[in-house]
Amino acid sequence: MMMNDQSIEAHTLSVLVENSAGVLARVIGLFSGRGYNIESLTVAEVDGEAHMSRITIVTSGSPMVIEQIKAQLSRIVPVSRVTDLTVEAEAIEREMALVKVAGTGEKRVEALRVSESFRARVVDTTHESFVFELTGAKTKIDAFVQLMRPLGLKEVSRTGIAAIARGPEAM
Amino acid sequence: MGKRMSDQKTDQMTGAEIVIKALKDQGVEHIFGYPGGAVLPIYDEIFKQDWLHHILVRHEQGAAHAAEGYARSTGKCGVLLVTSGPGATNAVTGLTDALMDSIPLVCITGQVPTHLIGSDAFQECDTVGITRPCTKHNYLVKSVDDLAEIMHEAFYIATSGRPGPVVIDIPKDIQFAPGPYMSPEKISKASYQPPKKGDLNGIREAAELIASAKKPVFYTGGGVINAGQVASKLLREFVGLTGYPITSTLMGLGAFPASDNQWLGMLGMHGTYEANMAMHDCDVMINIGARFDDRITGRLDAFSPNSKKIHVDIDPSSINKTVHVDVPIVGDVAHVLEDMIRIWKETACSPDKQAISDWWQEIEGWRKVNSLGFEQSDTIIKPQYAVQRLYELSKDKDVYISTEVGQHQMWAAQHFHFEEPNRWMTSGGLGTMGYGLPAAIGTQIAHPEALVIDIAGEASVLMNMQEMSTAVQYNLPVKIFILNNEYMGMVRQWQQLLHGGRYSHSYSEALPDFVKLAEAYGATGIRATNPGELDEAITQMLDTPGPVIFDCVVSKDENCFPMIPSGKAHNEMILAGEPADVEVSEEGKALV
Repeated sequence: MMMNDQSIEAHTLSVLVENSAGVLARVIGLFSGRGYNIESLTVAEVDGEAHMSRITIVTSGSPMVIEQIKAQLSRIVPVSRVTDLTVEAEAIEREMALVKVAGTGEKRVEALRVSESFRARVVDTTHESFVFELTGAKTKIDAFVQLMRPLGLKEVSRTGIAAIARGPEAM
Repeated sequence: MGKRMSDQKTDQMTGAEIVIKALKDQGVEHIFGYPGGAVLPIYDEIFKQDWLHHILVRHEQGAAHAAEGYARSTGKCGVLLVTSGPGATNAVTGLTDALMDSIPLVCITGQVPTHLIGSDAFQECDTVGITRPCTKHNYLVKSVDDLAEIMHEAFYIATSGRPGPVVIDIPKDIQFAPGPYMSPEKISKASYQPPKKGDLNGIREAAELIASAKKPVFYTGGGVINAGQVASKLLREFVGLTGYPITSTLMGLGAFPASDNQWLGMLGMHGTYEANMAMHDCDVMINIGARFDDRITGRLDAFSPNSKKIHVDIDPSSINKTVHVDVPIVGDVAHVLEDMIRIWKETACSPDKQAISDWWQEIEGWRKVNSLGFEQSDTIIKPQYAVQRLYELSKDKDVYISTEVGQHQMWAAQHFHFEEPNRWMTSGGLGTMGYGLPAAIGTQIAHPEALVIDIAGEASVLMNMQEMSTAVQYNLPVKIFILNNEYMGMVRQWQQLLHGGRYSHSYSEALPDFVKLAEAYGATGIRATNPGELDEAITQMLDTPGPVIFDCVVSKDENCFPMIPSGKAHNEMILAGEPADVEVSEEGKALV
């Protein structure tokens, strides 16, 4: 029986790894080597003493493929835990973006007004430009970037998604 | 790493000494290798001792396959030692082969000194980068303080859980640097916890399902071999208790005795009619240590459509990878079978005798098809006949078989019969031509008194023919039994069946004279060209004390049947004697 008739869905996976050399390459190599998608990937050390890093990956696939991705990730020797935040817990997902907008006159005023309604912070300013810092769900950042496009959007730098489960339990 | 070092009484040694000491403490007796600039300090240590036997191969790929043959035939870890750059890249095919077939290897590679890494130094390559996707795990040793622990951890990872190859890349300066040694205390790695025991509820559920089956079949694989000889014993016991039919993948041959009446022969693309039909029509499939490989399943959406499937595998990623199973059990085959037998006896499980007897009758009907039959000839040697004669004349000896890859490999699997595990060394997953000769060498090193035969094709064997020198140097009496049809036979067969008989580059225009080639290497060459002289020639080969190349000149256009053409289902197999032009869909043609 084949199981390819399942719908594609996005999942956010948290992967706790030993912070050893090449561990990120192992994870990324797994995705490229087996043809899985990466929609977003973030990584940083989260426990300096225990040398543990946390990788947050947003990927997509059929439920069977998602199960396979989790099993394959768990097989990597320095990977100590894999949690599917989309399935196993109600999770908070956040992304940070730095957005550069250049312009003068009415457009400049409008950009500032929009940024206030999004609770973005101005972290750099000149007479003809702003850099906004904005944190939120991916959709919020998408919406902000769309609104800035006609107002002189120059460039965007986004961190990718960091995620954590609600409640008292750790992964 | 390195934290535990401070708790231990340590003696300073050089990195190279640490490597050798760790090998000793791991119980390594044989190492296959080829020296070069970046491993000279380790070779110097090998020179200074007398317990570790180094076997000098003629190409690093040969070292890897020899270590595989050694591992496969003993259940121990195979070890190889190669230099940086080309030494490492030459070993890559063997490492990939070991990964695909779950063979435990530890491969030590030299590397340019730490301060030159990344500078495109002479014989530098990114060994850990290149081998990352073709090893179970790998290490670049950056500090001599970590070396001993890495050495021991590598053996632990290679041999535990689902076995596989592990690379340790050691820069030359680390080999000279003084550092601490630690003994192989119980290595434990927090992030690596291979499963052992299967979930008992799952095993109970499986036992009930097995007992309730009306058309059951055991489908077993290399996992049974990897779980050790005890797993084969337990498998025999359990299959005997049930009275059910059993088939196996290429990798699992020997786990169950081929002479047993419950044995259906190998299944899959070139499996027997009865094995494949039983797989297709069964109502309960008991997969023990196999992975639903595409050579086994054929067309996935038509694979055993009416069965409930039980899958025992030590690797969770094998479960539901391509085929959905109803009762997954993650665990070591030996442990799971032990629990299964206990539960089977405790709950007094008993199969439906009438249903099973009807099922056997159906199977007997399929057996009558005699799917391994072929047209005999008295003028030309048929390759199947050659394997049959080789089997008959060697079966009473302590025999180990390796193969290359192609038609001859399938004929060996079909017509050479195995009673015991660890007797069959073949490249299943990767399908590596050139595997058989070095694997035979590794097997012979592990079993010096045994009869080791490489059943070969003339094209495959040339890929690592240089290893004849190794066989001669160490006086390894391997027998290379070449089924010589002057073609890359399996390529020719596919071209005939799927590409309108356009034999593009599958004929070997300029083969060597294999008898003279053997003599040039200092070995014995024997040729047989007609069926009448075959037995005597084989006997002569078996009686020759040293290495032999046997040039068995066989019919050139024989096809390997039965065959499930790509993109077809188990019950759409083609048999010998049927029209040879197959209707294969465009989709099917695109498959390999």
